Amino acid sequence: MKHHVTTTVNGDEVEYLCETEQTLLDCLRDELELTGTKEGCGSGDCGACSVLLDGRLVCSCLVLGVEANGKKIETIEGMATGEQLHPLQRKFLEHAALQCGICTPGVLVAAKSLLEKNPDPTETEVRYWLAGNLCRCTGYDKIIRAVMDAAAEMRGA
Amino acid sequence: MQERVKSPKFDVVGTRPVRPDGADKVTGRAKYGADHNVAGQLIGKVLRSPHAHARIKSIDTSAALAIPGVKAVVTRDDFKDQASEFVPAGEMLINYRDVVRNVMAREKALFEGHPVAAVAATSESIARRALKAIKVDYEVLPHVIDVVEAMKPDAPIVEDGMITVGVTPPSTKPSNVAKRVEFVLGDVEKGFKEADLVVEREFNTKPVHQGYIEPHACVASVSEDGTAELWTTTQGHWVARAHCSRLLGWDITKLRVTSSEIGGGFGGKTVVYLEPLALALSAKVHRPVKMAMTREEVFKASGPTSGANIWVKMGVKKDGTITAAEAVLKYQAGCFQGSPVQPGCMCAFAPYDLANVKVVGYDVLSNRPKVAAYRAPGGPISEYAVESVVDEIAEQLGMDPIDLRLKNAAKEGTKAAYGPKFGPVGMVECLEAAKKSPHWNAPLGKNQGRGIAAGFWFNIGGETTVNLQLNEDGTLTLMAGTPDIGGLRASLAMMAAEELKIPYEKVRPIIGDTATLGYNFVTGGSRSTFSSGLATVEAARSIIKQACGRAAKLWEIPEDAVTWENGQFKPAGDNAGKFEPMTLADIAKVAGKTGGSLVGVGAISAQGAAPSFGVHIADTEVDPDTGKLTITRYTVIQDAGVAIHPSYVEGQFQGGAAQGIGWALNEEYIYDEKGLLQNAGFLDYRIPVASDLPMIETIIVEVPNPRHPYGVRGIGETAIVPPMAAINAAARRATGVRMFELPLSPPKVLKAMKDAKKA
Repeated sequence: MKHHVTTTVNGDEVEYLCETEQTLLDCLRDELELTGTKEGCGSGDCGACSVLLDGRLVCSCLVLGVEANGKKIETIEGMATGEQLHPLQRKFLEHAALQCGICTPGVLVAAKSLLEKNPDPTETEVRYWLAGNLCRCTGYDKIIRAVMDAAAEMRGA
Repeated sequence: MQERVKSPKFDVVGTRPVRPDGADKVTGRAKYGADHNVAGQLIGKVLRSPHAHARIKSIDTSAALAIPGVKAVVTRDDFKDQASEFVPAGEMLINYRDVVRNVMAREKALFEGHPVAAVAATSESIARRALKAIKVDYEVLPHVIDVVEAMKPDAPIVEDGMITVGVTPPSTKPSNVAKRVEFVLGDVEKGFKEADLVVEREFNTKPVHQGYIEPHACVASVSEDGTAELWTTTQGHWVARAHCSRLLGWDITKLRVTSSEIGGGFGGKTVVYLEPLALALSAKVHRPVKMAMTREEVFKASGPTSGANIWVKMGVKKDGTITAAEAVLKYQAGCFQGSPVQPGCMCAFAPYDLANVKVVGYDVLSNRPKVAAYRAPGGPISEYAVESVVDEIAEQLGMDPIDLRLKNAAKEGTKAAYGPKFGPVGMVECLEAAKKSPHWNAPLGKNQGRGIAAGFWFNIGGETTVNLQLNEDGTLTLMAGTPDIGGLRASLAMMAAEELKIPYEKVRPIIGDTATLGYNFVTGGSRSTFSSGLATVEAARSIIKQACGRAAKLWEIPEDAVTWENGQFKPAGDNAGKFEPMTLADIAKVAGKTGGSLVGVGAISAQGAAPSFGVHIADTEVDPDTGKLTITRYTVIQDAGVAIHPSYVEGQFQGGAAQGIGWALNEEYIYDEKGLLQNAGFLDYRIPVASDLPMIETIIVEVPNPRHPYGVRGIGETAIVPPMAAINAAARRATGVRMFELPLSPPKVLKAMKDAKKA
């Protein structure tokens, strides 16, 4: 028997039916067709599936779809506002902080969550916060620079 | 710090615009392999061998097929056997006889994870249940994992009846050595006699995985009339089409392959795994079948590159002149022949101008997944060993390691041991830039050491097609066929804009599918910006030529009386000044009246790929209590020919360095005594994370490739070659001990330091 889940995704109330064993990642991708959140490992090691659940950064592959009932989810699809990219998104493009781009949604969601908690992080703080988001293309250099630059812009520095 | 040794002399080439596919990739809109769904699709899953080596006596799928929701099962019986035939795959070769066995085991399962059956069902949970219901009767056989063990005369034989090729006298007894290769230049015996110092060392490396974050995934749909669509994450959809058509016995035109956005490949997505299975399943029930690997499947059944045993001997005079260089390379191929030992041999001593060289390579089978190309396949392994010996020679001679390399550096006119004479190359320029770099001249802290190493990759060209269409408003659509993994579309649009003297934003580059464009070989061999760039320039020049013809028609003057200058078509000679100059947009507007659409095609087999040399500087700090090495500073210096988009060139340098750092410090395949992989996940197979690395400084050296209109050299692969030796040399100075095995993981380093009483 499937479960009926009502939840809020990027500000919109949505409903889906899911099996008990389906993860939140499966539900986002397969039931809601929000494929911006990626699966890299399914075991919480790569961070490609990072989303915010009631404001908390989680790997959506480690959360069950049923657990999202009544909660608020934020995904990469909700990051830009209208025509305006989020400063992090814009800085990632300006700094060429992505190559293949598969880790990018997860990195952006994680970085946004960092800057909400700590608007002025050091390089080391950014590196440790993003240590759960694997990138195999960039060596992280341009990612870290883009996050630091976005943080500075958002502070009005 | 990011630095360029030269400044751009073009309007667009050498600038840093935002990539055309960028917005889609930061908003989650871009569709990767697993992001595509088709109405009515089934989910396919693979049953894999739990044994490292086993004869498959029988497979019973009846119970699986009886489960409601299970629509199709395929096994070895659904694939016709293939004759032995080698075809190119990136810089390596594959054999269809082996490919059909790699995608689905036939007589034997040859590694843990080898596909034995595949099912398609209405849901993933039903598909998983079906896998459990398939009964396979295995006769477990003795297995062999280690390369040196596999070469022993009494080793279990992986491929029954395999006879070594390339040995004299010809071999008669079956063995795991598929072939022996040899490259010789001059006379090494004579060279060693001239040497004042000879250093001889043996090294071991472990297999490492490409580690792309996106697992393999595809959707196949075969119609009742036999036409088929395949969506897949691949480095080459024409090559995927060729492989799948061959394995399924279909006409090539029946199969249309679309490459998704690709979430990393590094060589590992130049081959097919799931695609033929999904197509075969779909062909049985004429419903779309979607398949995706789990991360565990990616580790166990795709990828890795070889682990190896390498022996190196080099002789030098007191002044640092290398008189002879010799190496023996034993590379693991996995369960089928075709390790990258040949490119390993080619690269081994390529950074140096040497008179006497001998390199012997062995391609060795074992019960591991068949290796796939991994960024400069074979090069990092042999060059790690050679560059580590070069570092030891510098130490023993008391010479600066840069000066020793400068004394022997390959330059224009150097004859490489594998045959070619180099054109203009940037080895000396890279070494000189390293010597002047702030990094090389910075002080070191306690427990820190600095190392340097060089690297080489030859790069390739190959079949390439680009289509450029002039739209009615003067904008252009550029269609290329080499999948874009890290900024290709930006580079191609930039070259088109440069040629056509129009703004970069007026060109929209896309990647076409196999039905919309002529043949393209894979994105591999660092060839995509080089080859698709050449084809783009050819297509753009064709547009200009056609546009000259259209202007001539309008003006009723001969075609050769129209010139193209600074973005304008002008009447020339006797007609100069008689007509108002026209822009490309003006020509586009009247295309319908002057002969129809203007389409430029660049369909080429790209020649003139030029090698790229690089030099890396690494600082490491050792924790004497744990043996853990930390990279504290890192600089990549590499010849890019000309950097079309410097940010993406830097990105390739940094990414290659990071992969090399992982290879040097952490990454390895670990097997138990049963031949089963113990670390098939990102938790235990640890690739570098953000907190492991410092900023990676880059210096782009530009020695233009004379055989490319913008001077491009392939740059993607060289960057993974130097890190292992550079870090090994740095570790030597940080720890006081010299090590000969990768990875330099904490327990090994601590033990080496304790043995030498340095910890």
